[in-house]
Amino acid sequence: MDAIFLTGQLFNGFSVASLYVLAALGLALSFGLMRVINMAHGEILMLGGYLAYMAMSLFPGPLGLFVAMIFAFLGAGIFGGFLEISLVSKLTARPLDTLLATWGVSLIMQQAARDLFGATGVSVTAPAWLDGGLTLAGLQLPTLRLFILVSAIGVLLGMAAILRYTRIGLLVRAVNQDRPTAAAMGVNVRLVDCFVFALGAAVAGLGGVVLALLGPVTPSVGQSYIVTAFLVVILGGLGSIVGTTIAALIIGLITALSQIFVDVSFAQVLTLLFVIVFLQFRPQGVIAVKSRALDAE
Amino acid sequence: MQGIQNMNIMTKRTFLAAALVCTAMLGACSKGSEEASPAADAGGDAVKVGVLHSLSGTMAISEVTVKNATQLAIDEINAAGGVMGKQIAPVIEDGASDPAIFAQKASKLIENDGVVTVFGGWTSASRKAMLPVFEKTKNLLWYPVQFEGNECSANIMYSGAQPNQQALPAYDWAKEQGYKKMFLVGSDYVYPRTANLILKKHIEKDGLTLSGEEYQPLGGTEFSGVVGKIKAAKPDIIFNTLNGDSNVAFFKQMAAAGMGPKVVPVMSFSIGEQEAMAMGPSLVEGGYAAWNYFQSLDNEENKKFVAAYKAKFGGDSVITDPMVHGYLDVYAWKAAVEKAGSTDPDKVRAAAVTLDAIPTPLGMAKFMDNNSLIQTAYIGQSQADGQFKILWSSKEAIKPDPYDPVTFPGKTCKIG
Repeated sequence: MDAIFLTGQLFNGFSVASLYVLAALGLALSFGLMRVINMAHGEILMLGGYLAYMAMSLFPGPLGLFVAMIFAFLGAGIFGGFLEISLVSKLTARPLDTLLATWGVSLIMQQAARDLFGATGVSVTAPAWLDGGLTLAGLQLPTLRLFILVSAIGVLLGMAAILRYTRIGLLVRAVNQDRPTAAAMGVNVRLVDCFVFALGAAVAGLGGVVLALLGPVTPSVGQSYIVTAFLVVILGGLGSIVGTTIAALIIGLITALSQIFVDVSFAQVLTLLFVIVFLQFRPQGVIAVKSRALDAE
Repeated sequence: MQGIQNMNIMTKRTFLAAALVCTAMLGACSKGSEEASPAADAGGDAVKVGVLHSLSGTMAISEVTVKNATQLAIDEINAAGGVMGKQIAPVIEDGASDPAIFAQKASKLIENDGVVTVFGGWTSASRKAMLPVFEKTKNLLWYPVQFEGNECSANIMYSGAQPNQQALPAYDWAKEQGYKKMFLVGSDYVYPRTANLILKKHIEKDGLTLSGEEYQPLGGTEFSGVVGKIKAAKPDIIFNTLNGDSNVAFFKQMAAAGMGPKVVPVMSFSIGEQEAMAMGPSLVEGGYAAWNYFQSLDNEENKKFVAAYKAKFGGDSVITDPMVHGYLDVYAWKAAVEKAGSTDPDKVRAAAVTLDAIPTPLGMAKFMDNNSLIQTAYIGQSQADGQFKILWSSKEAIKPDPYDPVTFPGKTCKIG
């Protein structure tokens, strides 16, 4: 096994993980705070992909990608906020109902995308400045993958900063720790819920842009990622950003490294086996979140 | 503390169970039928036929247009007076890129709608799933796509290429070009696995090098590992049997790694004009494809067909090999019905394999007694406009052989 190939796969693992982080963060956040399992999360990724497609058709220049990222972030965020206000907030006390309702939303979104853009999907071409790559000690790192990695790190840092240093972040943490007390102290929990849901959707929108750079954008694209996103959330410990990140890294690296020895299909089997075995020994996930929201059941 | 821990575990179990249930439901549900059935006017005087393709899911990128071409043929025949004086009433169903749904929809078409024949299928997995249904009901499936051979049923008309009409000519061409190290990439199901088995037997027999073989689940989009292995193996040429929109991800990620089709030659078996267009022609420009038809073929029937298709489905439509097979299947069925004087599947099959050659966009075409089509193989190179430049063609039309003698020695196809 030559060293360059091995380091190449390590790098690929991080690259895969960065996509998983973007896909799973929103799920983890909204579950952690509201215990809402958002089945339409994959379709929000898809929405991000289509928004990127539209933005990049309108602004074909080299900076079109940044326009697309802003567009997808805001668009998916607004959609998430709307979904929260109109649907999720009405059902928060009933987790199984939210599950069904958001599943319905996911079907509606898939069909809408099929009707609007056609069943065959659209293609987003990465701008020319993302072609090529950096060569480090014989190892070639594709610029596109580096860009994705940097974007994911940026999102994580941004998210951490929001939660740590801003007032809304403080409120989110307060509600996460103890919803009734926070409400009693005058925190507007409705607003916090809506903010978190929208933020999670916005990040998924960014994930959609990344996904569009790497693969096809089709009405059903969200479904190929939603399962892995759920795995990441479960493995990470429900509702923890750090846990989600670590879990995404673990799954990304297992996927990439096992591919050295087996093919992609079998790598998936190994990943699932790992998650099952891991949860046998540590059912609370990588990071156990001590939140009253999770204890109330 | 212990209590809290338990609660946490409970919540997690609920979550996990919910997630699993929902994943299963998601799968099941995306398969809802898209019954765009214009068969409403099917009075006593219409002949009902089934059209069964994936109109959603990962294969929709390829199959929607085959459905369109099939429909075009039906419309043309109806406009010209129908078959034996009766109008053809198509019942269209969505196989949703899932073999189980294909089987289910095939039996629905035959048993509930009472169709006399079905045009459809793309992946071999879908064909294999439908095969028992057609054998049990003694109906007839017209299958329009190139496939891996190693199958021979009286209830399927295989108009797409057998391995000796597509994969092997492509392999021989690559060998003639001096390519010695070959890398096989495919979707993980029966067609790529069998096609690659055949290629491997020939690579071994000819003393060439197999520098790698990789499979991706159908619809999979994560190719970093595969790209890494290709980079390490440095093959002369890649044989690509990926199906559906996995191709988009594969070519994008190869390009990102600096290995576009102009750097490492790729010979694709499932990328035609339609796929090249949908992926963005620049992504596959310079890559090779092997088919029995390219839109750029120069003959009268083809020009007529291309013009008719564009008139019906828009001027920027492109035409692919499976579309033409889907189109000619309807005409072959019509000719066979008229020869047999009956729509009975058994009689139609017997008539179809004894028909004289009929004019098609491929040129004159004729089914052999093994239910497959005699046809010419072409190698094309993808151009900037999404069309293919024909680089090579077999000297004559090749007789179909479902059992490659190198891979499956001693097996032959005998029908009826």
